[in-house]
Amino acid sequence: MGLTGLFLISFLVVHVTLNSFIFFNDGGASFNAGADFMAHNPVVRILEIGLFAGLLLHIFQALLLTLENRKARPTPYQVVNGGANSSWYSRSMGILGSLLLLFLVVHLGNFWVPTKIAVFSHAEHDTFAGMKEVFAQWYFVAIYLVGVISLLYHLLHGFQSAFQSLGLNHKKYTPLIKKTGIWFSIIVCALFAAMPVTMFLGIIK
Amino acid sequence: MSHGNMNLTLKVWKQKNKDTKGRFETYDAKGISPDMSFLEMFDVVNEQLISSGKEPIAFDHDCREGICGMCSMYINGRPHGPKGGITTCQLHMRSFKNGDTIVVEPWRSAAFPVIKDLAVDRSSFDRIMSAGGFVSVNTGNAKDANNILIPKDDADTAFDAAACIGCGACVAACKNSSAMLFVSAKVSQLSLLPQGKIEKQDRVLNMVKQMDEEGFGNCTNTGACEAECPKSISLENIARMNREYLGASFTQNKV
Amino acid sequence: MASSSKLNAKIPEGILENKWTKYRSTVHLVNPANKRSLEVIVVGSGLAGSSAAASLAEMGYKVKVFCFQDSPRRAHSIAAQGGVNAAKNYQNDGDSVYRLFYDTIKGGDYRAREANVHRLAEVSGNIIDQCVAQGVPFAREYGGTLSNRSFGGTQVQRTFYAAGQTGQQLLLGAYSALQRQVGMGAVTLMARHEMMDVVTIDGKARGIIARDLVTGKLQRHFGHAVLLCTGGYGNVFYLSTNAMGCNVTAAWKAHKKGAFFGNPCYTQIHPTCIPVSGDHQSKLTLMSESLRNDGRIWVPKQKDDKRKAKDIPEEERDYYLERRYPAFGNLVPRDVASRAAKERCDAGYGVGASKMAVYLDFEANMMRYGQIEANKKNIHNPSKETIRALGKDVVKEKYGNLFDMYKQITDEDPYEMPMRIYPAVHYTMGGLWVDYNLMTTVPGLYALGEANFSDHGANRLGASALMQGLADGYFVIPYTIGEYLSEEIRTKAIPTDNEAFVKAEAEVQERINKLFSIKGTKSVDHFHKALGKIMWEKCGMARNAKGLTEAIAEIQQLKKDFWSDVRVPGEQYEFNTELEKAHRVADFIELGELMCKDALNRNESCGGHFREEYQTADGEALRDDDNFAYVAAWEYKGESNFELHKEELKFENIKLAQRNYA
Repeated sequence: MGLTGLFLISFLVVHVTLNSFIFFNDGGASFNAGADFMAHNPVVRILEIGLFAGLLLHIFQALLLTLENRKARPTPYQVVNGGANSSWYSRSMGILGSLLLLFLVVHLGNFWVPTKIAVFSHAEHDTFAGMKEVFAQWYFVAIYLVGVISLLYHLLHGFQSAFQSLGLNHKKYTPLIKKTGIWFSIIVCALFAAMPVTMFLGIIK
Repeated sequence: MSHGNMNLTLKVWKQKNKDTKGRFETYDAKGISPDMSFLEMFDVVNEQLISSGKEPIAFDHDCREGICGMCSMYINGRPHGPKGGITTCQLHMRSFKNGDTIVVEPWRSAAFPVIKDLAVDRSSFDRIMSAGGFVSVNTGNAKDANNILIPKDDADTAFDAAACIGCGACVAACKNSSAMLFVSAKVSQLSLLPQGKIEKQDRVLNMVKQMDEEGFGNCTNTGACEAECPKSISLENIARMNREYLGASFTQNKV
Repeated sequence: MASSSKLNAKIPEGILENKWTKYRSTVHLVNPANKRSLEVIVVGSGLAGSSAAASLAEMGYKVKVFCFQDSPRRAHSIAAQGGVNAAKNYQNDGDSVYRLFYDTIKGGDYRAREANVHRLAEVSGNIIDQCVAQGVPFAREYGGTLSNRSFGGTQVQRTFYAAGQTGQQLLLGAYSALQRQVGMGAVTLMARHEMMDVVTIDGKARGIIARDLVTGKLQRHFGHAVLLCTGGYGNVFYLSTNAMGCNVTAAWKAHKKGAFFGNPCYTQIHPTCIPVSGDHQSKLTLMSESLRNDGRIWVPKQKDDKRKAKDIPEEERDYYLERRYPAFGNLVPRDVASRAAKERCDAGYGVGASKMAVYLDFEANMMRYGQIEANKKNIHNPSKETIRALGKDVVKEKYGNLFDMYKQITDEDPYEMPMRIYPAVHYTMGGLWVDYNLMTTVPGLYALGEANFSDHGANRLGASALMQGLADGYFVIPYTIGEYLSEEIRTKAIPTDNEAFVKAEAEVQERINKLFSIKGTKSVDHFHKALGKIMWEKCGMARNAKGLTEAIAEIQQLKKDFWSDVRVPGEQYEFNTELEKAHRVADFIELGELMCKDALNRNESCGGHFREEYQTADGEALRDDDNFAYVAAWEYKGESNFELHKEELKFENIKLAQRNYA
């Protein structure tokens, strides 16, 4: 889980960086240039396959883990005071992940599928225009916000947890990793959240 | 016989043996003193049950000074009750209020089947130990103790890991019933010391294999085990075990 | 005085220093092929049991280990806090095998066998080597070498320790060695099984009857030899520092099958325990003797002083141990410290609500350590607060877990006010009589560790129990058992449908039926508490003929009451903790009677046995070496009928003297 998680996190870095081009507020020119590069560069295409494989593997591992863990406690407790010993989101990675998966379906439907169709049909595609169109609908904005919040909590636990799973726990570095994880999650999610919001409010034109 | 003036309601898991279904039963604990330990409160309740011709509640306990690791009650949703860093036998009734309702359950895990009421079978831990929790040194093999110099920091860290009492609170606390804290504490203790380094690859692989076979769940790093451990065994041990496991899996020159 | 003809201690000839070496080189051996067909039963999995079982299995014997707990690791050796002695002389302070031997004999008030104790001192160093090799994390110095501290009754630093959890670490070491053999199939582990009786055939121990505590079924197990490593019987007092499950049943059953019981009246009352807080109390908690390294014991000079400890000025405090015993001060042996505490409390100087406690105060040493730390850290003119804070950190590092435990139990912070402590039953020096080979008077039946009577005389020194348990298991029995088993190589495993097994099982079954059939009105604990009260008041820290005579009659009455009015709920074929307790308490009652008889017989004071009639003018124990320099070994002759056999103690290397710690 840790390895695939970190791999997916690395993708988030690329994704949020590129999408942040919209904040140049240049009518999507820089953003579309970047998106166009991503859509046609063969290296990126291969990486994309890897990304999907990583995502599927992450999901598959999560399912396996959940099934095994369910089996490990056939009789549940009557009273559980989990809050006394751990954070709610660390105990809810499955739910948060499932929400993220649902969000991903909507998200891919909104952007990835149209782009793919355009690429295969060698048509021009204005991703920025697509964004504006989607984020004009309040319910899409709402769905995206729920998705981003799920991502935030998923990352808050997942980021530092990945290092622990890979065996990195060190008096000096672990506090740093934890802090980095928190700031990374907040910054990435704030940027992602800002996109639909600013577009909906018409700040980004 | 009255001891104090606290009156409590207990909801306790009763189960005849591992093959029967259990259920909760409600008991009144009357005349409880705040200076009693939680187990002494159970003694009082059991004494009352016996004198009224009823069956007492079975529970595991032995040393009653927090070191043998035998007592094991899941109290109001937490292993060993509301206070951190102690076992059930060290929990005192002053941690509760007069009139409280207390729900007491056994450790819940497929690898810890219920024997009766609140007593569970933790022999899975012994089997994990048999798989590799040792240094292979026969009696009489040893050389003079001071021939092995060990940096104080390493010795102290190994000691901290070795403080584990094998009570199973980590498993009980973990939402996945994972035994990683228990196993990693032993793996850490031995791999930190020069004596244990020789076998460290086999040890971690064999102990983890046995742990999985016993039916414990997986670690998802919630940290509940560390928070509930009566001996404050650190999550660092789990990371160390993960590191060693990965290392051993990749580098061991065996099939 | 001559020894009884029924007792042959089998002490090797020759000069003391060579006895064990010579014995080891000449003892009969069993060849590896024969070992594979010899079966050994080990009952109990503490330090002695686990170490013996692991060592014997390593040698090739087929071993079965029984423990009543859910895992061998729970055995009460785990609770030993302070440390383990060894004559390593790592501190260059003049320690030697001879000095450890001498201190142990003297500490035991000259009531132990010289040859056994010397052997113990000889192998003490090997124990440390073995444990370190197993990965036991002993405390270390910054240079990487092992660290030592002092314990009572000695003037050298020979105690190895792992914070306040030495017993735990040593037991886990032995347990891991045991589990290794379990994993290899050399040991069969029978956890949650309790030994109910020894099976003897033609006078030899040939197996045991055990009860599976989960299913309740009785089982028969054959062994060419049976090792009882079942610990002490301190729980005869109900309140003790022993675990709730500690019991005498195995040893008592052996006694009834012919094993003599040695010196049953020798019980150790440990001076530093948390005082009783109320009648709900189920057990007492020890505060390690190591605390006496840095804690000073005192009571107010004024009777019934109601002031808080802090408000009592220095000149109004009576540091009575330092006053009475300037050479050893707070580190006098346990029996001396306990009696001194009792003397002060009885005289009306006790502290706390019950007035049955004395102070153990760390303030002075906290300040002393603080000053050293300030010097180390180059802090000039530190304030009192700074010094105290630094000193508190040092104390925390040394004893943190004990302080936490004290606070947990009493709800008082020992960093801020002195601990209140009082003596409590802790250890029993008495036990099954064994010869030099650790064999009881029943051939093939051995007793190791606290279960035997052997090495501590009338008083055990701190940090010597762990030493003895491991010495017996790792380094003595692997050799001495060969003496017997080499003669047994032609004995085939006896099938357990042999009539001796059938009969023994039937007797156990009959007793179980009897216990259930009484259907009385009182719980087992009721009788246990009543027994404890009699024993503590009349056979406790101070004894006299009148009290002991009364106690014997009271115990006999209690026994009648038990067998006519006990209520054991539930049934046999289930996990039934009340039934377990009933068996144990029934045996404790019988043992209690023998203890009183032994105490009554011993018309002298020695070590933990203090007869009020026999004391010096200043209240010290007064031995009678002319008439009592013997081991009292009692033979069971039927209900309430015990015959005394004497084993004369010959002191050829140490001159008998009045113990002097002043």
